[in-house]
Amino acid sequence: MLTQASWRAMGLKDEEYRRIVELLGREPNRTELGMFAVLWSEHCAYKHSKRLLKRFPTQGEAVVVGPGENAGVIDVGAGDTLVAFRCESHNRPSAVEPYQGAATGVGGILRDVLAMGARPIALLDSLRFGLLDDERVRHLFAGVVAGISGYGNSVGVPTVGGEIQFDSGYRHNPLVNVMCVGLLPRRRLTRAVAAGPGNAVVYVGSATGRDGIHGATFASDQLGRETESKRPSVQIGDPFAEKLLIEACLELVEQGFVVGIQDMGAAGLTSSCAETAARGGCGVEIDLDLVPQREEGMDAYELMLSESQERMLVIVRQGYEEHVHAICRRHGVPSVTIGTVIAEPVLRVRHRGQVAAEVPVHALTSQAPVYDPPAERPADLDERQSLDLAALPEPEDYNAVLLRLLGSPTIAEKAWAFTQYDYEVGAGTVLGPGRADAAVVRIPGTRRGIALKMDGNARYCLLDPLTGGMIAVAEAARNVVCSGGRPVAITNCLNFGSPEKPEVFWTLKEAVEGMSRACEALGTPVTGGNVSLYNEHDGTPIPPTPIVGVVGIVDDLKRVVGMGFPGEGLLVALIGETREELGGTEYLAVIHGLVRGLPPRLDLDLERRVQAVCGEAIAQGLIESAHDCADGGLAVALAECCLAGGVGVRVQLAFAGRTDALLFGETQSRIVVSLKEEHWLALQQLADAAGVPLVRLGRTAGRELVIAVNGATVIDVPLSAMDEAWRGSIPAAMGAGGEA
Amino acid sequence: MKWAVAVFPGSNCDRDAYRAVADVLGDQAVYVRHDASSLLGADAVILPGGFSYGDYLRPGALARFAPVMEAVRSFAEAGGPVLGICNGFQILCEAGLLPGALLRNAGQRFRCQPVCLRVENSHTPFTGRFHAGQVIRMPIAHGEGNYFAPPEVLDELEQQGRIVFRYCDPDGRATPAANPNGSARNIAGICNARGNVVGLMPHPERAVEPFMVSTDGLALLAAVRDWLQATSTSPPDGNSATGGVQGAC
Repeated sequence: MLTQASWRAMGLKDEEYRRIVELLGREPNRTELGMFAVLWSEHCAYKHSKRLLKRFPTQGEAVVVGPGENAGVIDVGAGDTLVAFRCESHNRPSAVEPYQGAATGVGGILRDVLAMGARPIALLDSLRFGLLDDERVRHLFAGVVAGISGYGNSVGVPTVGGEIQFDSGYRHNPLVNVMCVGLLPRRRLTRAVAAGPGNAVVYVGSATGRDGIHGATFASDQLGRETESKRPSVQIGDPFAEKLLIEACLELVEQGFVVGIQDMGAAGLTSSCAETAARGGCGVEIDLDLVPQREEGMDAYELMLSESQERMLVIVRQGYEEHVHAICRRHGVPSVTIGTVIAEPVLRVRHRGQVAAEVPVHALTSQAPVYDPPAERPADLDERQSLDLAALPEPEDYNAVLLRLLGSPTIAEKAWAFTQYDYEVGAGTVLGPGRADAAVVRIPGTRRGIALKMDGNARYCLLDPLTGGMIAVAEAARNVVCSGGRPVAITNCLNFGSPEKPEVFWTLKEAVEGMSRACEALGTPVTGGNVSLYNEHDGTPIPPTPIVGVVGIVDDLKRVVGMGFPGEGLLVALIGETREELGGTEYLAVIHGLVRGLPPRLDLDLERRVQAVCGEAIAQGLIESAHDCADGGLAVALAECCLAGGVGVRVQLAFAGRTDALLFGETQSRIVVSLKEEHWLALQQLADAAGVPLVRLGRTAGRELVIAVNGATVIDVPLSAMDEAWRGSIPAAMGAGGEA
Repeated sequence: MKWAVAVFPGSNCDRDAYRAVADVLGDQAVYVRHDASSLLGADAVILPGGFSYGDYLRPGALARFAPVMEAVRSFAEAGGPVLGICNGFQILCEAGLLPGALLRNAGQRFRCQPVCLRVENSHTPFTGRFHAGQVIRMPIAHGEGNYFAPPEVLDELEQQGRIVFRYCDPDGRATPAANPNGSARNIAGICNARGNVVGLMPHPERAVEPFMVSTDGLALLAAVRDWLQATSTSPPDGNSATGGVQGAC
């Protein structure tokens, strides 16, 4: 007998239960209720965010498959080869069990890309943790990195890039956002559809156990004191099984037996059956007795809701089941025909000779509730946006400030993490982690490549979500440009608190608006992504964190550049200009302990022109390196160029405002480039033609970073000291072993 | 010449090795599945990197029982050139074709980075294009590359010139700081007594094109041609073909 307590425990509201009864015309049984609960969760149904997400521009020349499928697909002009990509969050499981949470996050996004018929060729991760002086945070950081390493390395897909930031706001609620990119020949493009009554429903992959039951519901809930008891909601990954599954599925789609394919990820059998049926305009009938099971006595509820990993649902053309089973057998992957596509649009589940569930497909999917929650500007936003610079003393020792910023874990070198990832398996990584603003991966058999970047800055969003959303897109795109790519499309993860809080919802709405405007201005449509809401611990939301993943086209792999100054005697210049902007900076947070003010302004038209000039200069072979000015501003950007290249620079700056704003302010649309003297005129012409400011800063030389402002030297630091601060920071914080 | 690239369930550098010898070097190449009983008439065989059988139990511990290893063993015993890269090196040790074992890295973590190697033996089929003492560069990517053998075995390897590569600094010094994983005596690669079976942790197939850390891996692979021409011994041919595999996209 179902009680109010039973649907509430599954995360359903009373009115949602009433809606289910109305849609069914009767009370659901427990299995059916569980199926509704997972598919109507925020994670699957986007019920609070659906209307907002419609704001994203999704059309573009390059877009082949937009939102709504397992991954977006774009045409990058590489002949027959298309690119599939998406990102997804695995925040909640990682907070409870960091290794498995992160590992299965990698596994899930790989299968989403695989479901499009693509071979996964690259992974990126955007991670957020609390501060490293907290033992539990170190445990989470070490565990998440080890989980990504353990799964990604084994499955043989390189982790080529990403980013990591540390902020006390993520202490209890780390963020693990994973992006996967795959390649496919056009003819292999596959959709997640169950169409054609009579076609077979085939279960491919590992056996089903009791792990991860209600994971999707968990992912749509808050963290709190009871979270530890949610450990059974965390799935366990087996990268070896995933590797076999990838090879088997690629051969299946290659052979053309497959009508549709979908990962049994969040909400397992329930979502894969219901969503493929909904897309195909059909129904699905399955018999749970045929499902491979690794535990005894599982009931229909458990089988339908299990989130056991490394499983795919494959819709196979009638009469080809045996071919499919033979291929799977050869790859050592279990496969079983568990049902049939039917004309009647219902999901019918048989178990032990009886109908265990029978639900109209659309009741589970398109008829899920959609909410329009109230939005309200946070009451304290004006207060947070106010910043009295006059009351802020300028530092006396700029060398010390620079070294402290370089050692701030958000800025510091992340080799401690990325050397644990195999970033070169596949032998296609042209620019790997730490070498350039974005990763560059080759498209085999062509001169082309793709440039990839994930990025986001929650502090800007906290202070002004509209600007923060715009910057998230602009900065990630700028990074792609700096490595030699032409941004063409984006994916995103929206990590926010509870949308039922008007202030959180307002922030989300503003951020989506900002991201959309930037996407429109930069010509980068959104091809998919995910939302991760309810990121709260004991009622306190995380900082609002939209993460953007950008894919760019590299026309010629010979025309890519790194971030480091590649040698002595090069001219160093700044594309863009510096304004006196200190609000929301890493400098204010680290040196003055302040998270306030307005984030830097973003002029989208200038941004577009700055990116165009830099991109064109790289394409023409005019510049030797390019690095975006981001966290820590111009001084930190220059230091990073020196550290990555192993050479110093002497810089002369003129500025009418505060010196700290010039050195550490985070004015947008600025790129530090190095070039040979003989290319200066050509670069100047490009900048002039685009109406983009271009300033000569100095020349690379020696083993020091020397910065003079208005004629007076304010920074003079040897590379060795910067190196120690920058490279030493995270290893020191994590200890010799740094183990979880 | 013709290469065989072994494919175990969980191998993940098989396609990279294939591409290096077939597309970059321009030789013939075939994949040979774990369940094959023949090397399809290959002149040289590569056991590629990856996580064969998930590295479950111990890296290489299960792969040694794969049917194809019988063919590899016969081929090696007949003097044919065998190269074990990373997981392939681990498999060769587990199969007893090379001495010693590869333990968890001293730092307990997976390490992916470029390293410098000093060539110690230029007389194997894979090192003829290097000279002894030459410093070359290749990437490593492993969690279990910490070479271990009892002291008497290490002494024997030294005396017989069977240490092929050592981790070193850019000036060729095999210092503790240049040792990325705690390997005994900075050992990165060794060979069998006859010299035809070589195992190493670094990845030559990731050092074959201009955008990579170096092209030293190409010199390593290309050396086999010279060696085959110089030796009159013709490696044993296998019997009938039992299934090569094709990688998709």
